[in-house]
Amino acid sequence: MIELENVSKTFTLHNQGSAVIQVMNNVSFSVKAGECVALTGASGVGKSTLMRMIYGNYLAQSGSIMIGDTDVASAVPREIISLRRHTLGYVSQFLRVVPRVPTLEVVAEPLRRVGRSEEEAEERARTLLAQLNIPEALWSLSPTTFSGGEQQRVNIARGFAYTYPAMLLDEPTASLDAANREVVLSLIEEAKARGAAILGIFHDEAARDRVCDRELDITVFAPARAA
Amino acid sequence: MTPLLSVRDITKRYGTFVGCADVSFDLFPGEVMGIVGESGSGKSTLLNCMAGHLTPDTGEVLYDTRVDGQRDTVQMSEPERRMLGRTDWAFVHQNPRDGLRMGVSAGGNVGERLMAVGARNYGDIRTKATDWLGRVEIAPERIDDRPSTFSGGMQQRLQIARNLVTGPRLVFMDEPTGGLDVSVQARLLDLLRGLVRDLGLSAIIVTHDLAVVRLLADRLMVMKSGHVIEAGLTDQVLDDPQHAYTQLLVSSVLQV
Repeated sequence: MIELENVSKTFTLHNQGSAVIQVMNNVSFSVKAGECVALTGASGVGKSTLMRMIYGNYLAQSGSIMIGDTDVASAVPREIISLRRHTLGYVSQFLRVVPRVPTLEVVAEPLRRVGRSEEEAEERARTLLAQLNIPEALWSLSPTTFSGGEQQRVNIARGFAYTYPAMLLDEPTASLDAANREVVLSLIEEAKARGAAILGIFHDEAARDRVCDRELDITVFAPARAA
Repeated sequence: MTPLLSVRDITKRYGTFVGCADVSFDLFPGEVMGIVGESGSGKSTLLNCMAGHLTPDTGEVLYDTRVDGQRDTVQMSEPERRMLGRTDWAFVHQNPRDGLRMGVSAGGNVGERLMAVGARNYGDIRTKATDWLGRVEIAPERIDDRPSTFSGGMQQRLQIARNLVTGPRLVFMDEPTGGLDVSVQARLLDLLRGLVRDLGLSAIIVTHDLAVVRLLADRLMVMKSGHVIEAGLTDQVLDDPQHAYTQLLVSSVLQV
């Protein structure tokens, strides 16, 4: 489902002396449907960068990133938008929303965008918010004023509202209490069971051991650092 | 799929000064594209060339009309182009005073566009106008008031209602949130986003506000000195800008 071949990434900082930073070289791996793979490696090695490249948020310098039939590395914006709408979900560490939009709508939006009815989308949103222990009194408020943990749970609810065939999870269990962590892990297990290909970053080792089928240390793709 | 709008090599000069040069892109149905750049970078010139307010020196603006398929709007006769402007297209000006008739009531402003496309039944026009005022969150009891008695944010929302009442497929927006305070801006952004999604509109938004394009636009074009220097998916251009100028632009935004 997710297949990377010889992917490389550099950042060129034109306004800082045109510094060129080589981030990773020749990344190749794949994630099958129904499989959950954890990206590991020390902080700063490029785990999130790689996730963002797969999501089309960062440009790859070379190589191919196949999600189903779409090559994210060479797709036009329209193809990536459609891919994100129907195929590829991404739960980042930060919630980014339009101010003033109620939480319920934020969570229901991915379903509305694929053409589901308002009732159906909001029904699913209510179920998820209740599961993730967001008090019902908050559903009609914008999440911009919520606590960090609440925002993260809203973000997770939004990420799991639609049943994406491929998902990217950036630290989904960070800063969650035990009960909510358990809910998130079961959501991940559910997604796996229905055949989603999942790529995740988990600093929480117990969580990683529980939901992931294998680990991929991306330190091997990092370019050798000059002394 | 046929693009709704195909822009081919548009160039507009003011004497020897380049307004915009060699701009080409395709806009597909349901897509929202942002155009950003500093003042004088040619973004408004480009927008006005596309919307038929300015005649480009060279190039084509192919629009997928409902009846005849793709037509070059630059070569169209003036009445044809005006008809498009009243029906299939909408243009939201930065200053609502440019897009509204200040001496006519709010309902009249909305109804006028309907009458321009042949609506004659007063009751129907009023019902539709009331409906649209509601959609842009203007209280129905203000329908007979003149826009000059409205706040800036209300005027901008009225301008949007006036433009969208005829069910256009393509909306041009020139700094739609410029000059509004941030709380009003947020409300307007939320409104625009909902309308774009529910009506399946395509839109081209010119702005210098990167936060606005991040929230509204799927795609982004960055202009400098009349040229498009970078284009792509909005979040990709903003998070991983490739061109030196885009990097400067993105890194210059103040964090709140």
